[in-house]
Amino acid sequence: MAASSERSPPPFPDSEEPELLEDSDEGADAFTGTSISEMDSPSPDSTKPPKDIFNEPLEDIFSDPLSNINSEPQKKVDTKIPSPSSDEAVDLFSDPLDDDSEVVSSPEVQNPMPDLLNEPVQAPKSDVLGEPPVHKNAARQQDIFEDPPKGSSKSSSVKKAASAELFSDEDEEDLFKELPKVVTKKPQPSGPPVDVFTEVKSDVKVKPQVKDDPTDLFAEEALTAPAPKPSASSSSSRTNGVHSEEHDLFSEATVELSLDSPRNDRKKKDAVKPSVSAPVAPVASSSSKAPSKTLEELEEEESEDTFDLNISVTNPEKVGDGMNAYMAYKVSTQTSLTMFRSKTFTVRRRFSDFLGLYEKLSEKHLQNGYIVPPPPEKSILGMTKVKVGKEDPSSAEFVERRRAALERYLQRVVSHPSLLQDPDVREFLEKEELPRAVSTQALSGAGFLKMLNKATDAVSKMTIKMNEQDVWFDEKIQDVENEEQHMRKLHVMVESLVNHRKELSGNTAVFAKSVAMLGSSEDNTALSRALSQLAEVEDRIEQLHQEQAANDFFTFSELLADYIRLLGAVKGCFDQRMKAWQRWQDAENMLQKKREVEAKLLWANKPDKLQQAKDEIAEWEAKVTQYEREFERISATVRKEVIRFDKEKARDFKRQIIKYLESLLNSQQQLIKYWEAFLPEAKAIA
Amino acid sequence: PHPRCFQESGSWFLTTTPLVRSVSVDLNNDASLVIDIPDALCERDKVKFTVHTKTTLSSFQKPEFSVPRQHEEFIWLHDTIVETEEYAGLIIPPAPPKPDFEGPREKMHKLGEGESSMTKEEYAKMKQELEAEYLAVFKKTVQVHEVFLQRLSSHPIFRKDRNFQIFLEYDQDLSVRRKNAKEMFGGFFKNMVKSADEVLISGVKEVDEFFEQEKTFLLDYSSKIKDASAKAEKMTRSHKNVADDYNHISGALNSTAADNNTAFKKHLEKYAEVFEKLRKLEDRVASDQELKLTELLRYYTRDIQAAKDLLYRRARALADNENSNKALDKARLKGKDIAQAEENQKQCLQKFDKLSESGKKELTSFKARRVVAFRKNLIEMTELEIKHAKVRRLKCCVYHYMFTRQCSGSHGKPGNMREF
Repeated sequence: MAASSERSPPPFPDSEEPELLEDSDEGADAFTGTSISEMDSPSPDSTKPPKDIFNEPLEDIFSDPLSNINSEPQKKVDTKIPSPSSDEAVDLFSDPLDDDSEVVSSPEVQNPMPDLLNEPVQAPKSDVLGEPPVHKNAARQQDIFEDPPKGSSKSSSVKKAASAELFSDEDEEDLFKELPKVVTKKPQPSGPPVDVFTEVKSDVKVKPQVKDDPTDLFAEEALTAPAPKPSASSSSSRTNGVHSEEHDLFSEATVELSLDSPRNDRKKKDAVKPSVSAPVAPVASSSSKAPSKTLEELEEEESEDTFDLNISVTNPEKVGDGMNAYMAYKVSTQTSLTMFRSKTFTVRRRFSDFLGLYEKLSEKHLQNGYIVPPPPEKSILGMTKVKVGKEDPSSAEFVERRRAALERYLQRVVSHPSLLQDPDVREFLEKEELPRAVSTQALSGAGFLKMLNKATDAVSKMTIKMNEQDVWFDEKIQDVENEEQHMRKLHVMVESLVNHRKELSGNTAVFAKSVAMLGSSEDNTALSRALSQLAEVEDRIEQLHQEQAANDFFTFSELLADYIRLLGAVKGCFDQRMKAWQRWQDAENMLQKKREVEAKLLWANKPDKLQQAKDEIAEWEAKVTQYEREFERISATVRKEVIRFDKEKARDFKRQIIKYLESLLNSQQQLIKYWEAFLPEAKAIA
Repeated sequence: PHPRCFQESGSWFLTTTPLVRSVSVDLNNDASLVIDIPDALCERDKVKFTVHTKTTLSSFQKPEFSVPRQHEEFIWLHDTIVETEEYAGLIIPPAPPKPDFEGPREKMHKLGEGESSMTKEEYAKMKQELEAEYLAVFKKTVQVHEVFLQRLSSHPIFRKDRNFQIFLEYDQDLSVRRKNAKEMFGGFFKNMVKSADEVLISGVKEVDEFFEQEKTFLLDYSSKIKDASAKAEKMTRSHKNVADDYNHISGALNSTAADNNTAFKKHLEKYAEVFEKLRKLEDRVASDQELKLTELLRYYTRDIQAAKDLLYRRARALADNENSNKALDKARLKGKDIAQAEENQKQCLQKFDKLSESGKKELTSFKARRVVAFRKNLIEMTELEIKHAKVRRLKCCVYHYMFTRQCSGSHGKPGNMREF
């Protein structure tokens, strides 16, 4: 260390150190209880709690009474495994409470910790159970996480006020605290009006991660109630109710493009107007009106595009043999939109068909400034493997990866209100036999990429020429450029995570084998047994790591890959706008020239040619006006598209992060199960 | 005594609690000689430990005292004990390994190299990793030195060793220098001789079934535990890599957020926070695994080597005994130097018997100690794993709740997005 430390001693600020130590020590301290009393000292004054209660103290509570961890929660976990996060919530908030009482009763710790703890524990609970308007929820929730004591006191008052809107305070307490029986009775006699209902429903959607039962009850309620509501939303709540498994809830969120369950306001609107196809109409016509609209209007309008269209790509199947083989996918659509002939239909499509669709769409819509979602790239290597290899796991992975990518691609296409109206899209989804897309067949992977990149190249050339007048575009173009760079970096890091996780999985497997061997050599029977059990646990954990690696990849890495491609498409739109600008400028120049010609003719006094020149000027004047209008139109479209894109992106990311958290949640659940099963084995060593 | 770690003018200070211990040695809970290392100072690659002793034994001048000691002095103590003939029948506690700051040093190098090309966030992340790694190595080093002394202090014979008491009490530098090249080679040569000798004496027929079994067991076990230790090390290292990846992702999300001017910025910052949390938690899992599992396996790899050394010394005595018997037979046959041969034979037999007797006791207690240590560490590790998984579950749940909640708020009213 000699030389290097002299050169650059790590300049760590002093203030950070205690925290650092705390963290790394925590494990070891866990069993002593000393750190707890330490932690406690500031807490008697509950107005000055640590900044983030969910951060440190809670962990400590968990860390502390081990006996607790082993005995009580274990039971809970076992009984509630099927819906991990819902049980989590209960566990989460009740655990600390239990632990807490333990901590307090132990002699070394005398500070009134429960004060601090009860607050967050209660707060989220009441939040969940109470039924205030959703935007209030959001605000309160923030309080809970950032400023515990204040938030909780406030939240209880908000809760009262809010619950008064729907039921009386007591009723509500009953409703959730007591048995489901009570719940089913209560709301029914009250004959809930539509509003109450939508309110309730919206809450149900949010709640599942916290409590299971209410979800059921209310969804059921929604079904039996005669309140008028669109078939779309009722069907969604039905799925919630029946399988109460929140998996459904969230998969719904990913697959369903339109419903977006939590959009309460919209729900209400829908509930009022029974026509399902109604929302589509304004969207379709919106593009032409767009230029005259303000940003707010655009955003407002955006939330209107409700439609009900479910697309899935399934059953990849190898057709044919050898190098002529190809993969065919089942494209299933489920919709209530009237533009389609039936509610459900299925077609078989091959990869080149998807590419063909993209080509047709970009030919038509790119010039108007639409962001046409790009399909996954061709992969000669991957496909060759599929063609040649038989049961290779890597080719299975490739096929699954492509299938998922194609599904996301189609979902993005149909979620675009204008692209959905395109006859080619409809044809792609509906028509039994599609004419072979000849041109795409010739498109090699490289050629295809070239096609995608052509636009971007042109942009860089033109940026120099174009003197950007619009500040919004000026900034946005730079932002998109930056974002693409960041996403690429991020993608590399997530890929490294995937690889390291796979490595971890492999190393865990190897370790499991080695421990099994050690166990077989051990001459103490109980220890030998424990070691071979440990080997089994590690084997299972290896599986978990493997699954998590797949989750890292499909929910996170692929999302980034998609957005890197999509940002390319956004850049393509900017390019189209610049092209329009260029055309307008060229026309301006031409007009200028024509005017000069006219002036020369006037000066030279050649009236015979003057008329022709005048005609040409008129012609170019018209062209300039037209091109200018076109430029304005495309600018407006691109702007609207980018705003829409940004929103979709935020939503996509959130959805995926939520999904990712769920996968982590699941694996933690499994981990707890495995280790808790192992604990008695370790204790049996004697 | 709350653990603290701080840095001053290029040196690191670490104060530990006696509770931070990865390998348990407390076979007898005798309070008459209690040793711990309450703090340490790390200067470059030199670590200075404060060795603190509390005792009721009359052989010490004071009931409580502290002395500064360096790694080399620990090695000196180990070597003098190994060389003491009397202790041949004992399992000599393995010497603590040399402080290895290779990992953090490498990272520090990378940090210095890449400083210009890194974003502020990335640099901060790297620094964080370096800190954590440095601290982990430092703590492990302190622990393993502490354990060595505790093994000695808890042993009925070693605790009375004169050199050990000097080591604990003498408040000046023991003026032990680092081994020079010749001595290093000497040690290496000694090892060569030993392994050659091991081969030679392996032909000697074992007379005691207990030792025969022990030998078979230890040979087998030693290779297995060595392997398991290496594999565990690999596993924890890749676990650390995963944690580092989380860290980098968090940093990259933060720099993405820094360049974003839309409502998405806040989301990205939150996601960065999620991954930062995940890193912290994953790091803890990895370091606790390292502390409870890998260190245990590593320590017993060394301890089993010490037990094997005892077997070697006994086997040597057995061979000596055999030879002295032969020599005596020869002397009797020739009728020459019989008395001397008899004396020699008697001594060898005595030594061998003594070694066998104490060896048997030592190996039996070693077995008990091993089982207790494995039990303790496996329980602790499992409990930590459960605890960490629960904390992670809680975190995921809290964030999940936060994000799904925010979902409902933002779509109802565009613009609410910013508030989450």
